[in-house]
Amino acid sequence: MSIKVKYFASLREILGRSEDSVDAGNGPITVAELWDKVAGEQNSLPDNVLTAINMEYVKADARVKDGDEVAFFPPVTGG
Amino acid sequence: MNIEIRQEAFNPWYEIETYQAQIQKSGQFGAQATFIGSMRDFNEGDRVTGMQLEHYPGMTEKHLEEICNEAGNKWELIDILVLHRVGTINIADPIVLVSVWSAHRAAAFEACRFIMEDLKSKAPFWKQEMLKEGKRWVEKNTPG
Repeated sequence: MSIKVKYFASLREILGRSEDSVDAGNGPITVAELWDKVAGEQNSLPDNVLTAINMEYVKADARVKDGDEVAFFPPVTGG
Repeated sequence: MNIEIRQEAFNPWYEIETYQAQIQKSGQFGAQATFIGSMRDFNEGDRVTGMQLEHYPGMTEKHLEEICNEAGNKWELIDILVLHRVGTINIADPIVLVSVWSAHRAAAFEACRFIMEDLKSKAPFWKQEMLKEGKRWVEKNTPG
């Protein structure tokens, strides 16, 4: 299962990169589990982080599918 | 309806005038409400010298379009223009323009506020402020 993962703003700086291509194996995986896979043990998913699959907001327990684009980012501050 | 993300500085008054001429709806609207948000030189008690504005290309446009469509379902609107800056922002630069045309004032006022508030809570933009010493990410919106 191939997943594109994107990070924005402070999360991009914390992880030191703006995206990853992840081979998430064949089993089902949630957004939160995907975070653990890409961020490593020292970076637990912050409470206020927003998550999106294919550019739609989802909760951290949403299921990721093959080919999805998943994004992690801090609260938005436009305007 | 027009929604644009701009890398370059824009003049909101020129944009409104140009767009209004282009849509050719004079006579239909009796009201137009506009909000322009600009870059301050202070925040949270500190002097701010500049800003970087980051966005999620694709998701930002998609959500701005959804917000404007929702406004169009809630109110009788004639047209909507939304422009938002990204990149390097200087003090006093316009950051966001929301302009709404309708037959009567209530729809224009209310829809303009709705679009602006929804943009602030849903559209994926992030501000990083430059301070005299160092820089910091803005972590929350002002209450309004």
